[in-house]
Formats: sequence, C-alpha cells, structure tokens
Amino acid sequence: MKKALLNFLQQIEPDKKKSPFLHTLYDGFFTFAFSPNTTTAKGVHIRDGMDLKRTMVHVVIAMQLCYLFGTFNIGHQHYLALGQYTGLLEGFHLKLAHGLIKLLPIFVVTHVVGLGIEFWYAAKKGHPIEEGFLVSGALIPLIMPPDIPLWILTVSIFFAVIIGKEAFGGTGMNIWNIALLSRVFIFFAYPTYISGDEVWVSGIEGTEVNGLPAYISSEYGWAHGVFDWLFQSFGWSTFGDGGVLVADGYTGATPLSLAASGGWESVTSVYTESQMWWGTIPGSIGETSKPLIILGAIFLIATGVASWRIMVSMVLGAAVMGLILNGIAPAEFTDATPGIFKFMAVPWYYQLSIGSFLFAMAFMATDPVTASSTNTGKWIYGFMIGMVGIIIRVMNPAYPEGWMLAILFMNTFSALIDHYVLEANMKRRAKRTEVAVS
Amino acid sequence: MKSGITKNLFLLVLMLTADFAYGQSGQSGFSYFIYTLVGVAILILLFLVIQVADNLLAVEAKHSGADKAKANFSIFPSFKELFAPKAPAYANDAPIHALKQGHDILLEGAPESASISAGTSVTTFAIQPPNFTGLSPIPKLLVEVGDEVKAGDPIFFDKKVPEVKFVSPVSGEVIAVTRGEKRSIAEVVILADKEQKYRSLPAFDLAKGSVEELRAYLLENGAWSLFQQRPFNVIPAPGDVPRDVFVSTFDTAPLAPDANLVVAGREAAFQKGLDVLGQLTTGDVHLGLNAKGEESPSSAFTAAEGVQKHWFHGKHPAGNVGIQIHHIKPIGGLDKVWTLGVQEVIALGGMFLEGKYDGSRVVTVVGAELSEPKYIRTYVGAKIEDLLKDQTVSENVRYISGDVLSGQQKSVGQFLNYYDDQLSVIAEGDYYELFGWLLPIAPRPTISGTFPNFLYPDAKFQADTNTHGEKRAFVVTGQYEKVLPMDLYPQHLMKAILVNDFERMEGLGIYELAEEDVALCEFVCTSKQPLQEILKEGLETMREQS
Repeated sequence: MKKALLNFLQQIEPDKKKSPFLHTLYDGFFTFAFSPNTTTAKGVHIRDGMDLKRTMVHVVIAMQLCYLFGTFNIGHQHYLALGQYTGLLEGFHLKLAHGLIKLLPIFVVTHVVGLGIEFWYAAKKGHPIEEGFLVSGALIPLIMPPDIPLWILTVSIFFAVIIGKEAFGGTGMNIWNIALLSRVFIFFAYPTYISGDEVWVSGIEGTEVNGLPAYISSEYGWAHGVFDWLFQSFGWSTFGDGGVLVADGYTGATPLSLAASGGWESVTSVYTESQMWWGTIPGSIGETSKPLIILGAIFLIATGVASWRIMVSMVLGAAVMGLILNGIAPAEFTDATPGIFKFMAVPWYYQLSIGSFLFAMAFMATDPVTASSTNTGKWIYGFMIGMVGIIIRVMNPAYPEGWMLAILFMNTFSALIDHYVLEANMKRRAKRTEVAVS
Repeated sequence: MKSGITKNLFLLVLMLTADFAYGQSGQSGFSYFIYTLVGVAILILLFLVIQVADNLLAVEAKHSGADKAKANFSIFPSFKELFAPKAPAYANDAPIHALKQGHDILLEGAPESASISAGTSVTTFAIQPPNFTGLSPIPKLLVEVGDEVKAGDPIFFDKKVPEVKFVSPVSGEVIAVTRGEKRSIAEVVILADKEQKYRSLPAFDLAKGSVEELRAYLLENGAWSLFQQRPFNVIPAPGDVPRDVFVSTFDTAPLAPDANLVVAGREAAFQKGLDVLGQLTTGDVHLGLNAKGEESPSSAFTAAEGVQKHWFHGKHPAGNVGIQIHHIKPIGGLDKVWTLGVQEVIALGGMFLEGKYDGSRVVTVVGAELSEPKYIRTYVGAKIEDLLKDQTVSENVRYISGDVLSGQQKSVGQFLNYYDDQLSVIAEGDYYELFGWLLPIAPRPTISGTFPNFLYPDAKFQADTNTHGEKRAFVVTGQYEKVLPMDLYPQHLMKAILVNDFERMEGLGIYELAEEDVALCEFVCTSKQPLQEILKEGLETMREQS
C-alpha cells in the first residue's frame, strides 16, 4: 500500500525545468505525504524527529476545538438574535448547518488565496513550499466576523501575505504576525465590516418597519436550500425563508462594547458570567469560548510548541494594568460617572476573561517568528503586550479591544527588546572575562 | 550585583503582600492607607538591618578565608542552591556545578562488558594531517613509502612551524601516502610490526629541568600535538603559554567511552601527565569530574594531586570541556587555554614514566548495527576495517569517527581521527516515511513534547541518519538554550556569523565555543540548520582575522 503510493507519486513527478510551478506544487504535496529520504551530510549524524511541519500542525491541532465551537456558535447567535431555538441544543442541526455555510467559504478562500500566493512565490524563488501559512491560514478564519465579505477577506490576505511576509523573504523572516496583519488591514480599510455592534451576528440585515429602522434575518441562500431539502427528508425543522424580525430588546453588542459604555453592570445586564465563560456570545468566530482556548493553550505548553513564558507574562501584564486602572478609578467613586471610568473600574479578573485576550495570548502573541527570541526578551515582550493591550482596550474611545493592535505594536519592538537583552549578555561576558583574566 | 536585585525583589514582594493583608482588615479607605504606610516603614527598617547583617557575614567570610569556592555565605538562600540536585556522597561536600540544560541521547549498541579486548587484528594505522586545525595542507614529509619507522619517530612537520613534530604512533613500515585535493596529504599509512619498537627518549627530570627545556623536549618528541588550544581548537604555537589547562574526565556524548575504564591501570601515568601540565601553565590545571553517576569516579581523578577539581552534574553536554571552561573560568578575548582528553594526559605522562612515546589508545566500537560492541586497546589512527574484523555489520550503514553528534563520516577503508577514541556505526536513513512528520511509527530520539518519549525516560533508540524533515529558516526560538548550559545565545550568534558581524560574534561568545559544544543544538534544531558548519566558518574567519 505504502510502496504503491510511493511508486505512483514518483511516477507522476512533473519536470522541474519545464513546469516549475507544477513541480513546486508536486513537491509540496509529496513532502506532505512522505518525509523525504534525505540523510544528514555534514555536522550531526542523527537529527531530532521534530521538524517545522510537525511544529506547525500541532498549533493547528490546538485550534480545532475553537473551530468546532465557532461553527456551532455562528448558528447559535443567529437564532438567538431571532429569538428562536434559544436553548443551547435546540435546533442544533440548523445552527451547525448555518455555521458551516458561513465558515467554510471563509476557510476555503483563506487557504486558496494564501497558499496560492505561497506556492507561486516558492516556484518563483525556487525553494520548497514552506509551512508558514498552515498556521496563519488556520488562524485567520477564527478572528473574522462571520459575515465578512469574501472579497474583503481576499484583499486582506493578499496584503498580509505579500506585503507582510513575502516582501521580507518568506516564512521565518516576517516582522508582523500575518494573521493579525490581515485583520488590521480590514480594520483600517473597511472598519464597518469588522467593528461596531452589528457585524458579530450573521445573517441579520437592517430594514424599515412602519417607517422605523428594524432588523430582520436575511433571505437564506441556495446552500441553506440544500440543507432544507435534506432536513425535510428526515422530517426535521428547516431554515424557511428568512425575513424574521429580531427579538425584542436584542442588541448584538459584545460584552466589551457594553463595558465601554456602561461598565460591568451593563455587561451583566445582558450576559451572564457563564455565557461569557463558555462563549455563547457574539464575537469573532473562534475567540469566544474561554475553556476551549485554555485547553488549546495547555496543549501548546505541554508539547512545548508555544512559549509558556509569553503566555504567563502576558497574563501578568494584563492583570497588573487592570489593577492599576482599578486603582485609578475604584468602583466606589465612579458609580455616577459614565463612560471610560466605568470601563476602568471593571475588575481586573473580568478584563482577562472578556474579549479576545485569551485567544491572543494562546495563539497570536506566541508566534515565535514575530515574538522576542530570547527567553528574557519573551518575559518583557509578553508583559508589555498585556499592559499595552489593556490600555488600548480601555482608553481607546472608538474601539473597545486592544490585542490586535498591542501585539502588532510589540511585534515592532520585539527586535529592540532582543537587542538590549543581547547587549546585556555581551556586557556580562566582557565583565566576566575581565575578572577571569585579572 | 545580581544578588542585590534578588534581595530587593524579595522586599518588594513582601511589601506588596503586606499591603494586601492590611487592606483586608481595614474598613474605611483612610485607615487602609495609614496601616499600609506603617507596615512598609517597618519592613524597610527590618530589611535594612537584615541587609547590613548579611553584608557583614559575607565580609567576615572573606576575612576568615572561608569564602574560597564562591560558596554562598549569605543568609538568603540562592534559588540555584534550593533546587540543586543532592550532592553525591563521594563528592565530599565540594560545591557542584548543577547544569539544568542538556539532553542525554540514549542509543542502543553500548559495549556489554566493561573489559578491554586486545586489538591484535588491528594492524594498519594512519596519521592524518587534516585532523589538525590550521595545519598547512601539504606538510613536509620526513619519511617515504617503504621506510621503517619506530613509534615516536617524526613523520612530518608544518613548514610554517617546524618546531612542532608529528610522530608515528606505532613502529612499522610506511606503506602509503594518500593525497587528497590539490595534492594535499590526507593520510600517511603505516603497517604495524607484530612486536612494537620504540624510539628511546632521553630521560627528563621534571624537578630539575626548566620550563623552557621542558617545552623544547615536548616539541621535539611529538607530544605537542596532544594539546589543543582554545579558542579555535588548534595545536598551540611553540611560544604559546596557556592561561589554564582543562581536562574533562567524563564524556556525556552518545555511547561515549567510560574514562574510568580507560584510566584503570594507568593511574600513575595520568598523575604524571597532570604534573607536566602544571609546569606548562601559568595558572592551574582544572579537572572536570562527574557528579551524576551512582558510583564515585576512578580514584585517579578524585585523588589527583596538584589540580583544581570541579564537580559537574548534568546531562550532555556537561562532559564537554568547553562547557566546563565556561563555568570554571571562561575564555576572554586574548586568553589561550589548553584542553586535553584523558588518554592524551596518559600518553603525556607515559613519556616521562616509561621513556617512550606512547601512542596506545582505548577505542570503543559501538552502535546498534554491530554484533558485538566493545572496547579495544589499540593505537592512534586505527583503520576502521581492522577494528570491525571480528564483527558482523548490517547493510547500508554509516561509519563515524567519534560520536554521532560531532564525529566525522568515514568509509570503511579510512582511519579514526587523531583525537577520537570512538567508532560509531549507525544505519543510513535514506527511506521515505508515510506521513512521517505527523505520525512517526518508529520511535526516535527527540526533546520535543509532541512525541510520547517522555513516557519512557530510559528507552534506548536505534537512531539513523534520516534528517526527519527539510531545512528551513530559523523559526522556532529558545530550543537551543534548552540544551546548552551556557550563558550564551546560540541562535543570535549563528545569525551574527552568517552576516559576518565580527563585533557581535566576539561579544556573543564565539571564542567560548567549539563545534562539539553546539552539536546537540544542531541535533534538536527544528529547522535542520547546520550549526556546526556555520560555527566552523565563523571560527575560521575569526582565526584568519587574529
């Protein structure tokens, strides 16, 4: 079986000179199926079993629970907004189908565009396909709102992969986190699609009822039709035609935007703590469920794939900054002051559990290429992300979340942190050898 | 300085805890604040008193002469001591360098019995000029094919440094001079006599002779090539005086020979060699001893006289002399230190005890591909074919002079290198593996937590030469630091070498490293980067610059 597959693959190998792109593509898939038969040439004679493919795929594995829950939650939020199937497991098949219909196109477009660019550059530069986009491509769908237009997604990935990575020399050379670059591009170029209260629930559109603005569910497309046909044959409930009015009093606001306007009280008036913890709230696709993200983080730390130093120091940094803000604006004194002081008074431990803090900590800040590369530097880098992220989240009047900007900001400075860590090492060495000589 | 920072951190933590503690008890905001202030004031006072007392203690320790081995006389325990492994009884309460970083690669194919068999089947030997870093490629030959030589007869010298003579390890007939690239001399091959004849050396009395006479004696009689000088691992120039001499008495590399076995019966020669080294250096002779084993190292090491002993407890590369130098007395810009292996020290001592050049070595022949891994007593530069004469060897294997991490690939007709005392034979790994990157079916050595290896800490592996992946740019960070017990940033040093940044290379400690020290880093590298080759190029550039 294995031999037959190997023989077959070796027979269909395209000619390298005639069609370099095809050959690169072939090589990418061949090394995906089979570890190459290369042996050590100079230096060590045996090598560790770990390689970059394995490293990258373990990050992707760590994200799978977020994918599963994110798919369900897209549908769950959709029906919650309409006031139908409000129970967690009611209409489960509809929620899952709706989530798949939203998530799959984002996933496919991300990979076709991103990997396409990667393959093209690999063929052009004549090097094997590198694994960098495996992780970026898995991250990008998770940090997008479910209704993101696919053309915007395409443009943002073009920007992130070409300007952010290939311009710097490919995998391992980029300065900024690719996934976050694609998101920040949308954030600045098409802000209405990725911020505000209306984008986090899918399949809802604005209309007018009796001259007043109102929200109804959009008309379902052909994909929903296919599922409807399938569900009907089982005798299950179906999507229907859409056009259902949104439930009374439903806002679609995320906990963060509630906290920004009215502090912790207005958050708890809409969402319970357990909802926010388990993640049945509106938000980007993959970042809402805290326990699943923590499971992923534990997996990454246990396998040693991601740096625990960055994660721990980031929690510390955010906690310290949260405490400082609590200290500046204690809840007792800010009862009557609306706006930013209320947000500052949100207890620091809630600052850690709302928003995308945990997702950013587990999967974004720990990217080894863009983080500081020295162990001391990692402590400083993570701590600073934690502090800066809370500052941006709370102090920024327009947009109540900070991790994307904080991580990109600290990406920029990670090399500087390393520089000073190395300088210290060089000074220490100079001093040590001075003592040893004298 | 560092301990000062730690102490102040202690203080800060205590202050903060006190702060919260007071905060719990207070009812109104005002009393909160007063209590905290009083608490902090008391703490500061307390710590001032403790700090002064602590410093007085250290001063007293220095005055009374108790503070010799940099032991901790402070009342604050250092974290290193708190979590250090328990010192073994045989170390007699000497301070121990506990090295946390490192990794032991456990391979199958170690010798089963701790006895040394006579290498009667090994008859061909070679002395190979390329083994000596920095030697000119075409040294001046003093013998021709067909000449009879005795053990200790000079074979060749470098025209640039004619004082340093390279001598024959055995007596016999020169049967070939193999040329390499551009007519460089690769091997001078000698077929050994059945009965070894030695060139008789003039006696040298260590107590009477001057250091200058001693150096001339060593140069003339071929002992100079036993020394390796760091930085760069070269043979020292005739005028070089070492700051210190370092000898590591244990080897932690995969399947490395046991020095305790090697030194058995040659204790006197080892001690004599140390005495000679003591005469040559202006500083000390430092001995690195293994504190990890259950049994005490050989008394030749623990009871050695006239040397500074240092105990090390750690995984590979704790036994590398470069790592030990870093922890004992690191190499600075202009320093020159010498290093020797245990067998070289014995050979040096043997010259003075027995009045003859002793080219004998104990070589271990190891690897899972051999029928009978064992120790063999033979001479420097033994032929690989001869060493394997009474063994059955599997098909498609690689012969390595040295260990699997830093050794050199050889063909079966070639010879062990001058400084190597190990022949490793492992399988070639030129096979394709289905989804090898995702689901490896055969167990393999690794430090990664993504393999279930941590469940079987004592498992031994049959490693092969497959790279298990393709070469990539540096992506993963912090993994080299996990296996290099030095205050050094290998990845940044490598990058400095690649861009030829001399200042950085020097600053980040290139002088402290030899290729064998980064071999384990190269093994664990996820991106399959050739670190030893990069470092070699860097060292060569620096050597040409100096």
